Amino acid sequence: MIPTAFDYARPTSVDEALRLLAQADDAKVLAGGQSLLPVLRMRLNAPDLVVDLGRIDSLRGIRDIGGGGAVAGGGGAIEIGAMTPYHEILASDEIRQELTLLHHAVAEVGDPQIRHRGTLGGSLAHADPAGDCGAVALALEAEMVIAGPSGERVVPAADFFQDLFTTAVGDDELLVAIRFPVHPGWGAGYQKFVRTAQQWPVVAVGACVHLADGKTISEARIGLTNMGPTPLRARAVEEALAGVTPTPEAVGAACAAAADGTSPPSDLNGDADYRRHLATVLARRAVLAAAGHPQ
Amino acid sequence: MTRIELTVDGAKVSDDVEPRLLLVQYLRERLGKTGTVIGCDTASCGACTVHLDGHSVKSCNVLAVQADGAEVTTVEGLATDGALHPVQEAFHEYHALQCGFCTPGMIMQAADLLAENPAPTEEQIRQGLEGNLCRCTGYHNIVRAVQHAAGTPGTTAAPAADGGAA
Repeated sequence: MIPTAFDYARPTSVDEALRLLAQADDAKVLAGGQSLLPVLRMRLNAPDLVVDLGRIDSLRGIRDIGGGGAVAGGGGAIEIGAMTPYHEILASDEIRQELTLLHHAVAEVGDPQIRHRGTLGGSLAHADPAGDCGAVALALEAEMVIAGPSGERVVPAADFFQDLFTTAVGDDELLVAIRFPVHPGWGAGYQKFVRTAQQWPVVAVGACVHLADGKTISEARIGLTNMGPTPLRARAVEEALAGVTPTPEAVGAACAAAADGTSPPSDLNGDADYRRHLATVLARRAVLAAAGHPQ
Repeated sequence: MTRIELTVDGAKVSDDVEPRLLLVQYLRERLGKTGTVIGCDTASCGACTVHLDGHSVKSCNVLAVQADGAEVTTVEGLATDGALHPVQEAFHEYHALQCGFCTPGMIMQAADLLAENPAPTEEQIRQGLEGNLCRCTGYHNIVRAVQHAAGTPGTTAAPAADGGAA
């Protein structure tokens, strides 16, 4: 299959891209294209105009913005340009050390070829509920920098994902960067369940855990992938884990609540009950790995 | 139509193309580079893998216009001065193919893998080839060939020894 015909523009600045979007009735934004091109080829979408961000150099790169960013909490932060491809994120020592959960999740995206082209911003803006990075952005309490006709605004990850394939980014706006508060010293675990290699996750769980004195969990953050139309936080598990010594029994008991408040889909990869069960198992494994006790 | 100029297997080319033209179609139908094949057409199988500015990509999942200004290497451009690339040599030597359809993509991905990690373990080779499917399930000899190309022959059993797929 080939896409239906479309007009094509490749702006070299964010302002130029925003002008193109403001003028267009039916435009799609092309980042790395690893989700959009299959959609266009299968003719699930047939836009009049494709705006390719590949020539906007300012959208690419990993920057330490220290405490000067708008990130809540006042600690250090790393800003990742929306057009930064996965393989550059995977190669970053800074991200492996200070955003370990993101490193683990990015390593599981697609396959090497997909990671060479696919971008973090493209994936988050596409907002496929089975995407690997949405739940991780939630768990790491990332902030999304969105540019529009009247300037930039910053939206917390918790308010960014609104529904299936729907985010806070308006038709005349662009996701330009993602800011992550650094998590030095936090352990991380990412568990993804697939039937075949390189498949989208049936369910995935990202966990990051902070241990007090290296023994007791002082804080845990858990993100769930494909347990509803948007990525979700497993708040009940997070609360149950506070103060827990991470033995398999104690973590397993806390993670029994992993599917609380979720609305997982039923499809050929598994029905909703199966996914609820998977969430509890994967949460336990992810938390134990994050606490330094992988099973 | 959009004007594109790029380098393919060392030769400069330029063309006016429809924006919806896929890179793999451009390579095969305009340039006659039929060594790059179309397998699944859904970015799953990796048969159409080529190198775009030095990195492996699935050319069915890239628009030709996105390759404007880039350097593309296909399996037809991997040999230098008539000498096969070490991965091609190893695929020949270790019979790393059955029907051969996945071979161009396997070779291009294996070459990318070795460029990033010159001495991979067997596990790293299998992970590195996860985006390439062999419909004959002939993975054992493919992995052996990559190990030999890397100069790190391992203990992967020959297909006859266990008769199974990888």
